[in-house]
Amino acid sequence: MILLASAFGQLALAHYLLLSGVLFVIGLVGFLSRRNLIVMFLCTELMFQAAAIAFVAVGRYYYDFSGQVFVIFILTVAAAEAALALALVVLLFRRKPTLNAEDWRDLSE
Amino acid sequence: MILSSIIQRIVLATVESGGLAQPETEPVISSDVVVATHHWWAGFILYLPLISLILCGLCAAMKVKSKLPAWITTVCLLGSFVLSLLLYFDYGGSPELIPLLSWINLADPGGNFSGLSANFTFYIDSLSLLWIMFVTGLGTLITFYASEYMESDLGKGYTRFFAGVSVFLFAMVALVLADNLLMLYLGWEGVGFASYWLIGYYYQRPAAVAAAKKAFIMNRIGDLGLALAIYLIWTTFGTIQYDELMDVIQSGSWKESYDGWTIDAIPWFLMLAAFGKSAQIPLYVWLPDAMEGPTPVSALIHAATMVTAGIYLVARTYEFFLLSPESLHVVAWVGGVTALLAATIGLAQHDIKRIMAYSTVSQLGYMFLGLGVLSTYGAAYHVFTHAFFKAVLFLTCGAIMHGFAGQLDLRKLSGLIRIPGWRITSIAMLIGCLALAGFPLTSGYFSKDAILAEAFITQGPGFEALGWMAIFTAFLTAYYTFRVWFRVCAGKVEYEPGDEHHGDDDHGHHSEAFHPHAPRFAMNFVMAVIAIGALAASVPYFMDTKADEALAGGWVADMVHDSTAQGGLPGLDRHGQSMGDIVEHGHAGHQGEGDHAHPTLFGMDVHTAMYVISGVVGGLGLLLAAWLHLFRRQDADRLKAFLQRHWWIAWLPRAMEHKWYVDEIYQGLIRAPLWIASHLMYAFDRFLIDGLLVDGIARIPRMVARWFQPLHNGIVQSYAVTMAGGVALIALLMILFLQFWKIGGGG
Repeated sequence: MILLASAFGQLALAHYLLLSGVLFVIGLVGFLSRRNLIVMFLCTELMFQAAAIAFVAVGRYYYDFSGQVFVIFILTVAAAEAALALALVVLLFRRKPTLNAEDWRDLSE
Repeated sequence: MILSSIIQRIVLATVESGGLAQPETEPVISSDVVVATHHWWAGFILYLPLISLILCGLCAAMKVKSKLPAWITTVCLLGSFVLSLLLYFDYGGSPELIPLLSWINLADPGGNFSGLSANFTFYIDSLSLLWIMFVTGLGTLITFYASEYMESDLGKGYTRFFAGVSVFLFAMVALVLADNLLMLYLGWEGVGFASYWLIGYYYQRPAAVAAAKKAFIMNRIGDLGLALAIYLIWTTFGTIQYDELMDVIQSGSWKESYDGWTIDAIPWFLMLAAFGKSAQIPLYVWLPDAMEGPTPVSALIHAATMVTAGIYLVARTYEFFLLSPESLHVVAWVGGVTALLAATIGLAQHDIKRIMAYSTVSQLGYMFLGLGVLSTYGAAYHVFTHAFFKAVLFLTCGAIMHGFAGQLDLRKLSGLIRIPGWRITSIAMLIGCLALAGFPLTSGYFSKDAILAEAFITQGPGFEALGWMAIFTAFLTAYYTFRVWFRVCAGKVEYEPGDEHHGDDDHGHHSEAFHPHAPRFAMNFVMAVIAIGALAASVPYFMDTKADEALAGGWVADMVHDSTAQGGLPGLDRHGQSMGDIVEHGHAGHQGEGDHAHPTLFGMDVHTAMYVISGVVGGLGLLLAAWLHLFRRQDADRLKAFLQRHWWIAWLPRAMEHKWYVDEIYQGLIRAPLWIASHLMYAFDRFLIDGLLVDGIARIPRMVARWFQPLHNGIVQSYAVTMAGGVALIALLMILFLQFWKIGGGG
């Protein structure tokens, strides 16, 4: 049991980190390949969550609560950022009825 | 006053705190110089023009439209003149110092000298009295003349004009009455500035602006010479006060710390200064152009007073020239050659004011010739007489210009004496012309003879040839002077107005209804007074104020005798005493004849011979002018045609009319190379310094930024790819690095 538990514990970190990595890559690929602003935004949220999982997992691994504290911060920032980003999207949409990122290239000028 | 005392206190405090020697409480004064504090009121000779300037400034601020500024200036200058006369009559016969304000008093750190001391103190001796009397006297008269002459500018530049005249008089008084070279330099720069101010009076005329600049720049070259001379005098003699300088030179104490070359350099720098201010070769070209200024200015500044400052400087610092007598030879030759050159140019001009300007240059040349041949008396006397007759000539030219709407071409004016209202002008001009031509018994006759005779008496390189050249110049002078008078004032009545529009348009539509307006009271009065002065200027020649000394030359000689210029007196005094002093000083060697053998010319005493020769020469010039320009004017045209027809002589009148192309030569030799050099410098600065270094370095970040610019294409995903790629790259590098490190570290 102990052996199982320790084996599980050891395995658990690799699994969690793998999950985190997979989530991150999905988010990144989604961000790079999609052109819809809202979908791109959701992909960034996905990458956030990947980072959060990695924090929790590593924190748990070292018996350190800092990881979970960071996650609280990440969630707070993500909530604020979500409000901001959605507001931006709404404003953009009011100017030009499109959600395609390519149509907003002129913002760089 | 307060300011200067504060500055002085600060300077003294600095000296004290620096642990340097305290300056002497009393300035070292030679035995025969007295401090005349009871003549404190003489300070008002200097202050009155300043007060006039301030009042003129107030008039300008209050936009006065009347002739008030003219009356203010006239009254103030009259006050200066009266004070100068009082000072002359109260003058005890030995040089006086009149302290006014403290200015600079510095101790000498080395302790060799008594320290640098330059205060506003007047040095009154007969030379400065002579100068100050005609400067303030003519200044008053010409200001009064200008009150009428400038009336067309009432409410426009009128106040500015009289403010300029006040500045000039202030600076000139400072120059003449200074007791040290620094205050003289202040006045020297001041008169240059006033000259610039007044030449450029008609600042809307490009020619006037160019002339003002030319005068200023030419004078600056001379000023550099004066500044260097003052430095060298200070380093060599340890003082810049005249009385101390004379003491030091007489006693020979300066030789102890003398390093061997400054004695010969000082006169050259002084010469440069004098040649700039007094318009001699090579710096004379500004004076003819300065005629762009209003005529009273030409009469006062550019004929009678300012341009004689160079003569004054040389006379004042004559001891330095005597220490290095070769410099006097140069002075004599430059003066003689300038006199001849300017006279030949004057022959061929048509603008009467310009003829008078060249004549001024020529007469100034005579004065330098006089200084060079050891006749400071002749030079001073010629300055004195020239101030009167040249002033009257310019003032009459001004009256003509004023009355004929700016007409100055002697081909377009004739028979003025027969036009009603122009009689005084014509007669005054005749008197001026007679004096300038050296007609027997006029003032110019005596003063010119004093110089010419001395050229034959004094031994020097080619001085005799110089004397004959000066006599030939006297002939030319008589000719071109009377060319003007016979053309303009004599003959049948004929005139064309100029193209100048006067403010008071009483002769509005000219050419048909043009009536020359004759000068009125102020101008006539001044012209008459100065003409009488020009006649009376020969009287001093017969005045002997000192019965006990047998000096030839009368009052002016006496005036020169008691001054720093006494080294150059005529007769026994010079050859006996002063030249002996030079030999004692051990620098001069043998110059001038030791004994008093009077040289002769045509078996006569030189002075007698000169009276005859110059009388005959002047008469010949006058007769030639009368023939060509009064009785048979067609002969003048025939002569001109004859000259122009023959190639071997045709260049002569052309070169003279074009002023020997001196302006063009200067243009080619100096202005053009400078122009090219300045443009090369400009290109160097513009393209190499600015373009390559400053802008070039600034361009590097921009070029670097251009490489990365394509990344900023506005597509969010491309940013993300860049970022992700970058992060991946960093991660990869870190992993690789860790691998290698582990291999390297772990073995």
